[in-house]
Formats: sequence, C-alpha cells, structure tokens
Amino acid sequence: MLSSPTVRTSLIFVAVALFSLLFADIAITASNPWRDLGNFFLGVITPNFFSSEGLMTALLRTVAFAFVGVALGSVCGFLLSLVYRFLPVRIFCAFIRAIHELFWALIFLQFFGFHPLTGVLAIAIPYSGIFAKVYSEILDEVDPEPGRLLPPRTGVIAAFLYTRIPDCWVQLRTYTAYRLECGLRSSAILGFVGLPTLGFYLESSFSQGLYSDAGAMLILFYVLIATMPLWVRPRLLPVYVLGAPFFLGEGLPIVWGNVERFFTEDIVPSPLRDGEGLGGLVPWLSELMVNEALPGIWNTVILTQIALVATGILTLLAFPLISNHFGGPVRRTSGHVFLVIARSTPEYILAYILLQLWGPSMLPAVVALALHNGGIIGHLIGRQTNTIRLRPDAPTGFNRYSWELVPRVYRSFLAFLFYRWEIIMRETAILGILGIYTLGFYVDSAIQNIRFDRAMILILITALLNIGIDTLGRYIRRKLALQTMPTC
Amino acid sequence: MSGFDLTGLTASFGGERVIGPLSLRVKQGEKVALVGKSGAGKSTLIRLIHERVNRESSLVPQDLGLVNALPVFHNVFMGQLDKHSTWYNTVTLVRPFSRDRDEVRKLLKELGMSEKLWIPTASLSGGQRQRVAIARALYRNAPVLLADEPISALDGPMAHQVMELLRERFATSIVALHDVEMALKYCNRIVGIQDGQVALDETSDRLTASDIMSLY
Repeated sequence: MLSSPTVRTSLIFVAVALFSLLFADIAITASNPWRDLGNFFLGVITPNFFSSEGLMTALLRTVAFAFVGVALGSVCGFLLSLVYRFLPVRIFCAFIRAIHELFWALIFLQFFGFHPLTGVLAIAIPYSGIFAKVYSEILDEVDPEPGRLLPPRTGVIAAFLYTRIPDCWVQLRTYTAYRLECGLRSSAILGFVGLPTLGFYLESSFSQGLYSDAGAMLILFYVLIATMPLWVRPRLLPVYVLGAPFFLGEGLPIVWGNVERFFTEDIVPSPLRDGEGLGGLVPWLSELMVNEALPGIWNTVILTQIALVATGILTLLAFPLISNHFGGPVRRTSGHVFLVIARSTPEYILAYILLQLWGPSMLPAVVALALHNGGIIGHLIGRQTNTIRLRPDAPTGFNRYSWELVPRVYRSFLAFLFYRWEIIMRETAILGILGIYTLGFYVDSAIQNIRFDRAMILILITALLNIGIDTLGRYIRRKLALQTMPTC
Repeated sequence: MSGFDLTGLTASFGGERVIGPLSLRVKQGEKVALVGKSGAGKSTLIRLIHERVNRESSLVPQDLGLVNALPVFHNVFMGQLDKHSTWYNTVTLVRPFSRDRDEVRKLLKELGMSEKLWIPTASLSGGQRQRVAIARALYRNAPVLLADEPISALDGPMAHQVMELLRERFATSIVALHDVEMALKYCNRIVGIQDGQVALDETSDRLTASDIMSLY
C-alpha cells in the first residue's frame, strides 16, 4: 500500500497538516460557545421573514449583482479565451483570478466608493479570468476534424461558429450556469464589505443578536440556490441580464478625484511618494515583509494545509451519505440535505457564523473551509459511486466502503482535492478580514489605516502565492496522472 | 485543376513508414478505386492527397467529421461556407434562407433522407450519418472527390444509389473501397495498395474480381 504514489502523497499531506497543527491557533475562546450555537440553531428553526423589508431588497440586490457580474465576466472571459494561447494573456488571467472577489471589492471601494460598479467589477474581473481559462479548455476539447474539412477560403468567424461552438455549447452552458451559482455566493458575501447584498444584512442581524432574522436570510439563500433550475431558464436569461442592472441600487456617486488620487498617490509606495527615492524603498519593503507579509504567508499556508486535509477527511466521511451502496432512502435524503447546505453556504459566511459563536481562532476557519469544500467534493464523489456496479456478492458495510468503493474513487477524490487546493488558499487568505491572522488580515488592517500602498503589495503577494499553489497543484495532478473536469 | 500529378508521397507513423514513397497521376475524368487490406495505407493516402491538393477537394473521411450538435442542414451547408459572407453564414446558423433550404433538401432527397433535414446528426443512425457526410461533399461541389469507404454503413440498394450519384457528380474521384464488385462497377481505374506501395494499377475493364482478390 505504501508503495502506491497516491497513498504516499496523501500521507505526506497528512504529515504536513499535523506539523502545521503544532503551530496553529486552534481554540474556542467564547465564554459560552454552546449556548450561542444553540441560540443560533433556534434562530434557524424559528426564522423571521417579516422583520423588515430590508431582507427582500438584499435578496434582490444579491441576485442583480450576481447576474450583472457573471454576465460581464462571461463575455470578457469568452473573448479572452479566444486569445488564451498567448502567454501574456494566460499570465494576465491567472493574475486576475488569483485575487479574491472581496479583495477586488476592497480595492474598488477605495476609489469608486459604494457605487454599484464596485460590486459588479469585483465579481466580473476574477470571473473573467476563470471563464477565460475554463472556456478555452472546453473549446480545446472540440473535435478538430470538421474544421479541417471546411473549404479552404472559409472565414475564421464562420468556421468558429459552425465547427467549434455547437460541439461544446452544452458544456459552455453548464459551466456558465454553475458559475452563476458561484456568483450568487460571491454576491452575497460582498455584503460583508458594505455592499447592499445579503452579507450586509446577515452581519447586522448577527451583531444585534437577531438570530431569527439571520436564520430567515440563510433559508432564503438556500431556497434561492436550490430552485435555480426552476427560475434560471434559457428563455428568461435575456430578461434577467437586461433587467438586472436596474436593480443594483443607487449607491453613492463616484468622485472622480478619488479615482485619480488613488492611482497617482495612494498606491505609490510611501518612500517614493515622500521623495526618499529607491534608497528608502528597500527598508520600507523589508519592514513590510518581516512584520506583515511573512507572518501572513506563514499563517495562510498553515491554515490552508490543515483545511485541505480536514476537507479530505470530511469528504471521505460524507460521500457514503448520498451513495446508493449504503443505507436506506431516509438517510440518503438527509445526506443530500446536509451536503446541499454545506456546499451552498459560502465558506466566508460559515466562518463568520462560527467565529461569532466560538470566538476568534483558526478553528472556525478550518471547520468552515472543510464543511464547504467537503460538501462539494463529497457530493461529486458520492454521485460517482452511484455509477459503480458492484458484483452481487460484494461485501457490505464498512468492508464495502473500504475495499470496494474508496479504492475505486480515490484517484478522482485526490484530483478534486488538488483542484480545490488553490481555491482553499484563496479563501483562507480572505478569511483574514474576519480577524484570523492570514494575509487578508494584514490587507484589511492596511486599508483601515489608509495605507493603500502596503495593501496593494500584500494583495500582490497573495496573488503570487495563489498562482504558486495552483501551479504546484497542477504539477502534482499531472505527476499522479489525475484527471478532473473543471466544474467543481 | 481537376487532374493532378503527385510524386514523393510518403507518410510515417511513430517513426515507421506507412506509405510510399509513391507517385500517383490522376487525369481528369478518371474514377480511381483504392483497394487493399485494411491497414494497407488507403486512408493515409487519401489524407495525403487531400493536403497536397490544398484541400481543393470534396472529402468524405472515414470518421465523417460531422458537427454532432448541429442539424443535418447545417452540416451539409458547411460545404459552402466559403461562398458566402460571414454575416450570411451567421444568419444561416440561426435561420437558414429558403433558397439554401430548398437546395439542401433537394440534395437530401436524392439520398433518401430529406425528412431528416432538421434533426441533429448526433441522433442519426450510422448509415444516415454517412449520407450526411456524402451530402456535404456533394454540396461542396469541388472538382475532385476524395472518399474513404463512403458506403461502408449503407445497405445494398442505397450503396448503389450513392455510388451512382458520386460517379455522376464528380468528374474525377479517388474512392477507397473494400467491396471489389463496387469498385469494378463504378470506377474506371483500380489502384491496389499493399504495405504502403502501389501493387496494382489497371483500368477496370481489364480486371476481374479474382485479379484484385490476390491483394487481400
């Protein structure tokens, strides 16, 4: 067993996570965490949908921002995917998708303020980068033969429309619909930095201890996502996309002076701004690295590795919940509900709730990341086991799990896990805004102190770290010959 | 251009030569049947010729090269994408013009499947898909036909109907066939391929089926 490369890789990652645990700050610091958790669940089962009209407005804004952001992102991403083979385009796309939506929102907030454009661009920009990559992968999969058979003087556009698009239209549509679901989650959490979406409503309900209001919001959010197949219809899409811009809200007007100041003064490193020249830049940079960047990177990496392994363990525990090879319909139904809730809740919201209940430490972040990502991968692996036909006399119970199913799905399990590695790291960094000492914490503090030059450098470092992990993840997947589709 | 003279045709696969070097000279009006065992290099030779004549030919490849998600009409119409402007082609993708509709329907009628005009090719049977690829080649209307086993999935009468149509519409053609009777009936020159070389080259009126069988 130990000679298998997949098992060895897994054990190395488990060892790294255990080592990281030695340095991680895992604790429950709240004075009465279980009472708070109980109150919260009481709130969820006694939701109050009528406390204020703010809830419905927040829901509408969440949908509107998601539609405009994702639509813009998919159009730009599609155009970028056509030129994705050029290295500068690939690097550009890797860079813009390595920066989390919330970081983009924090940047735009500094110069556009609470204008709808801030929320739209915060979604559209990173999504363009993601769409460009996945669309180009889908387009590359198309059978090249029909294109080769065309008459020699066929126009490029006609050839593209006839031989490339129809073949992958279904995949493009499925992926875009999946991204729309992600867009709803992104849009919801933009509320945490002050945009008028669900996150804003959730934060204010929580801070006032209105758990029933928060519960109502969460339930509406699940219903919204679970019913997407019903209300997102191809024929209705143009109506939504054209109508959504009118429901973004007024916001505050853009002050163009702020925009100019941001680019010409605020983000210029302070030694250069103060005329100290390049000589002043080195101590400034090294001070930033030692006091903020390095601790931020260390905590981000530690938390990511623990969360990655926790996600893996949770996935392996959770997938039998929806697998046809075990148990009765009642358990499978509740298993479905659990996994749908786990994967529909943005990790940021989960982390926020757990942080409120358990107090600040890395624990809420680990649990939130593991629940959300474990829910996603567990769902995919569980569905995959349903396509496996076992021999009639196959063992049952735990033996069936450990001898028949896990060995069969282990490779795709690892593929999905390594695919999400970079996503987990991006989220880990952003959870710093909630007060965990990852890179996001230092970015947020720099912004609070109006030191945008430092914030920009830290965001840049975060992006590079994500690109590095993405590259490493792809290297490991290739090394272990793990295949995966991008829809995860 | 309708006849051609090709020399030094070679192809290698994984470092191993599968075709040639061989020369092939085809005059206008010649209908060449390529015969030989499977794996002899007939398909490779057809691909080579297709590239050497700068794709100025109506090609029916063995794997057909259909866009499965598109209906029959669009797969056939693709043969003349170079004849129209981009906007015309784009509009046709959404809503074909009646002139083109009639023309393609007429063509499909001759192939006995005009009722399938708007069915996506993915949901057709093997023989129907093969006829769509043939219709595309006919619609393309190039001076030379290059076809790789174009009737392998068609039953008796339909196979004869298709071969008759191809003989009638293309002055010059090179067709790979495994059915020796068909080759003798519809082609006027037989080229036998063995181990990537020309092993037989004769007009069909001087050959009988048993002469050809020695290649197999």
